Amino acid sequence: MSEPSPPPEPVDPDDMALPEQPIAVFRATSRGITARFARPEAAIIRELVAQVVELVAADMPTAGTDDLAALVGISDSAEEPDDPVLARLLPDGYRDDPDAAREFRRFTESSLRSAKVESAQMLLETLPAGGGRIRLRADQAEAWLRSLNDVRLAMGVRLGVTEDFHELIQDIGPDDARYGYAHIYDWLSILQASLVEALS
Amino acid sequence: MSVAPVEITRAEADEEALVDKPWLTIVWNDPVNLMDYVTYVFQRVFGYPKPKAERLMLDVHHKGKAVVAAGAREAMERNAETLHGYGLWATVSHDT
Repeated sequence: MSEPSPPPEPVDPDDMALPEQPIAVFRATSRGITARFARPEAAIIRELVAQVVELVAADMPTAGTDDLAALVGISDSAEEPDDPVLARLLPDGYRDDPDAAREFRRFTESSLRSAKVESAQMLLETLPAGGGRIRLRADQAEAWLRSLNDVRLAMGVRLGVTEDFHELIQDIGPDDARYGYAHIYDWLSILQASLVEALS
Repeated sequence: MSVAPVEITRAEADEEALVDKPWLTIVWNDPVNLMDYVTYVFQRVFGYPKPKAERLMLDVHHKGKAVVAAGAREAMERNAETLHGYGLWATVSHDT
């Protein structure tokens, strides 16, 4: 396994330090699924989600010259993305059949990208930049789940996360460039788990 | 959505092989997706009861992959696309 890539440029771990307390989690209440976010927590999530949107929406495969193909979301793009994060977010649909994988991608990648952008946008619409208490409808909670997961997948690739993440995070000291990023990943895992539980 | 049974008897399998082998939706283990999240997704996408969804999740976790559905190719491709929407690492393959 190769060395983890450094965090993307806009993320300065020093700027993304989490507040000591509280650490936001979701709860199912009689009035819906709620959570309270401190301002820095909201800022971190918004920044990371915006980065995923930028990545997924960038160089969206150009639709073919065929108008009908464009209309139904068939694109010329057929190759797995070079960026490992993008490759993880938009994986191959076939493992040992490159032709089938290309065909699958041609018919699904465009709509998959759009769906990821839509989930991210719904998350951003429901999370005020200044933080505060939020309450989610079922469809909004679902969008949060998908979008938080995309953020974690992207961070996981960049951090080189393995099944032994708990060992990794213990090995990363405060002086390590990945320190802030790894702790944010850990918190987002807890946040996502709380949302799964609230939905179950 | 109806899904063809994964377990088929030997005789049926032979018969099936002559006509048309089923296609499979496979989910692969990855270190990021949370176990409870994967269980949730299997319940949500396939309508599986929680015990079945949990068993499949544990198969993915311990064995590295699991067949989560079998049937027509088009349906398996739709499954894979839906699972990609949830960030799961899913592929389609022909039963062998």
